[in-house]
Amino acid sequence: MNRLAPTAMISTAVLLALSAPLAAEIHTIAPGEGAAERLQEALILSAPGDEVVLDAGRFVLTDGLSLDVDGVTVRGAGSALTVLDFTTQQGAGEGLLVTADNVTLRDFAVENPKGDGIKSKGADNIVYYRIRVTWTGGPKAENGAYGIYPVESTGVLVSHSEVSGASDAGIYVGQSSKITVRNSIVTDNVAGIEIENSRDAIVTRNYVTRNTGGILVFDLPGLPVMGGGNVLITNNLVVGNNTANFAPPGNIVAGVPRGTGIMVMANEQVWIEDNVVQDNPTAPFMVVAYTQTFDDARYNPFPREVVIANNVVDDGANDPDFPGGAMLLAAFGGTLPPIMWDGLQQDADTPALLTIPGNPGWSLNLSHQGQSLAEAQPGPLDVPAYGQPWAMDGIGAPAELEARLK
Amino acid sequence: MRRTAGLLLLACATFGAVLARADVIGSPPVNDAAIQSAGFPLKLSDFAFFTQPGLQLPGVGVTPYALNTPLWSDGAEKLRFIYLPEGTRMTADGGGLLQFPVGAAIIKTFAFGEGPERRLIETRLLLHRADGWTALPYRWNAEQTDATLALAGGRMDLVTPAGEAISYAIPNKNQCKSCHSKDGEVIPIGPKARNLSAEWLEQMVVAGTLDTVPAGADSLPGWSDHATGPAAPLARAYLDVNCAHCHQPGGGASNSGLDLRWEQSDPHAIGIFKRPVAAGRGAGGHEFSILPGAPDQSILLYRMDSVEPGIAMPEIGKSSVDHEGGAVVRRWILEMEPR
Repeated sequence: MNRLAPTAMISTAVLLALSAPLAAEIHTIAPGEGAAERLQEALILSAPGDEVVLDAGRFVLTDGLSLDVDGVTVRGAGSALTVLDFTTQQGAGEGLLVTADNVTLRDFAVENPKGDGIKSKGADNIVYYRIRVTWTGGPKAENGAYGIYPVESTGVLVSHSEVSGASDAGIYVGQSSKITVRNSIVTDNVAGIEIENSRDAIVTRNYVTRNTGGILVFDLPGLPVMGGGNVLITNNLVVGNNTANFAPPGNIVAGVPRGTGIMVMANEQVWIEDNVVQDNPTAPFMVVAYTQTFDDARYNPFPREVVIANNVVDDGANDPDFPGGAMLLAAFGGTLPPIMWDGLQQDADTPALLTIPGNPGWSLNLSHQGQSLAEAQPGPLDVPAYGQPWAMDGIGAPAELEARLK
Repeated sequence: MRRTAGLLLLACATFGAVLARADVIGSPPVNDAAIQSAGFPLKLSDFAFFTQPGLQLPGVGVTPYALNTPLWSDGAEKLRFIYLPEGTRMTADGGGLLQFPVGAAIIKTFAFGEGPERRLIETRLLLHRADGWTALPYRWNAEQTDATLALAGGRMDLVTPAGEAISYAIPNKNQCKSCHSKDGEVIPIGPKARNLSAEWLEQMVVAGTLDTVPAGADSLPGWSDHATGPAAPLARAYLDVNCAHCHQPGGGASNSGLDLRWEQSDPHAIGIFKRPVAAGRGAGGHEFSILPGAPDQSILLYRMDSVEPGIAMPEIGKSSVDHEGGAVVRRWILEMEPR
């Protein structure tokens, strides 16, 4: 009956002896017999400033791990070498849950978690560096929702990381602020990168391919934190996002058409510039109001001041994933222009979308929020030109997070 | 302060144990230092909460209690106690959590099996130290003489009262906090005045261990009526007790926006026509947490009825499905007027 106790007890005694308040310590965990218990105990007994070092190898885990100590670094031997394997997971909603501030996660991988990969909630100033989360069977609806999942946090840096197979978003940052997601690879997810109900975010130099939709910036109603905006999306490679949507129905991303490049729903002030956006056959760029009915007086469903500046874009969409797409294609001569807008804005003084004069695009010309797409009256895009960028000082992850990568 | 015989009798009555008073009078006092100093004692017996640990006979200052509607944990029998140091008392805070003095402890033992077959599996402690509450899990030995600290939790094969063979999960120390937390601090969740009987509260007042029986006490329905009682209060009580420690502002699932507290009256907040946020495949293809009149299209019930990680709710603390709880929630959703 008692399968785990002997190793658990021995290592408990050892770690208790080490847990006196001394200088920062290194707790090294090797894979193998009892590794799950040794690792979880180290995560519990570590003190601020400590490092939990994961040796190279495969850690087979049947339960979720969690870290609730501020200022701890969890460091593997590399995202190809140290693997937390949740293929046989029996409990918990994610592989690793972090609920403490100033945590650094680096150089390890999480494979096949049943729910989310790594979730950090209310965990300010967190760094994900050279982390890999992979569902090894490729895109499947049974895969967990999010790979890298910081939520309700101030100060988030995701760098040099890699997620594939998420049935919602590969890298999802929700209800947070001061965020940088950069130099990462997201493939074969429903959404590659999603910034949701969040502010002051930079998404830059990511390789975003083979997802259903590449980069999504959403603001949704009915959540504790709303009013997303002040987001900068630059220098990303958003190409060939053409995977059929495999999200479980009911989720907001289940409505993202296959072949979407960069999509903004609601939000204020999103600046999109210097991205390479190619081979996204529904819409390289999509700017829309929240599509569903809602009952939340605090919520603004419209995009406000979304700027699509200079980007490297192909001619547009040649295989759109929505009803009536073929007729539309014919009407537009075989290719839908790169920018798609639903035609909805808060009011005439608050433009939803601004771009370079003459930038090709098209509008659904909807007349009210929540209207069915069947009532669209497609026509050419006619939106104002943008002016100077707004002040973006202080957006992105705090410099202190950057310093931890050295 | 002397404990009254009434509480000892309550202890006997509650558990039907043969309590020899000599055991209590001659027993060592509870180890206040173990509760209050930093550190994690390795053995449950280090605290001396029980005169006969295997029988769960409480020592001086240790009082059993029961909840109107309890949290369900794979059908485990739960033996609940509070310990108050000599000369201290609790204070009431309306129908909410009783406020405990520093030095208090809340003790919950999980057992499976009836009569002589009963096995104690684990005992979870909440210790009220000067810097806040500390949660510790202890796992019972096969001889049923003592329990050992299980910081990293563990798993154990057993058969539930419903006859299901499961791999039962003893939570690790952090998982204790995932339910027992608000705004990042560890807190008790069970002993709320609204979920305690007026009779028990009165006895505590008489014993001098509680300041008053507050308004709002004993307002949650008793779960023994679950099969036939009015569905709405039972369902709301069940969701409050089983889900709301995470699903409330400041709780572990605050980002979902779902607020299942007893006192929440906004239909959207408790899930009615509320769309999923981060449910992933937990949504099960459904559009709303609760679709009135349609329990089989309600995410809430879909997740309650699952044991699959990534779908199952609660995320921890269960390895099987609570069919009784599900039946009450189903009745409640069925009764709702479809829009």
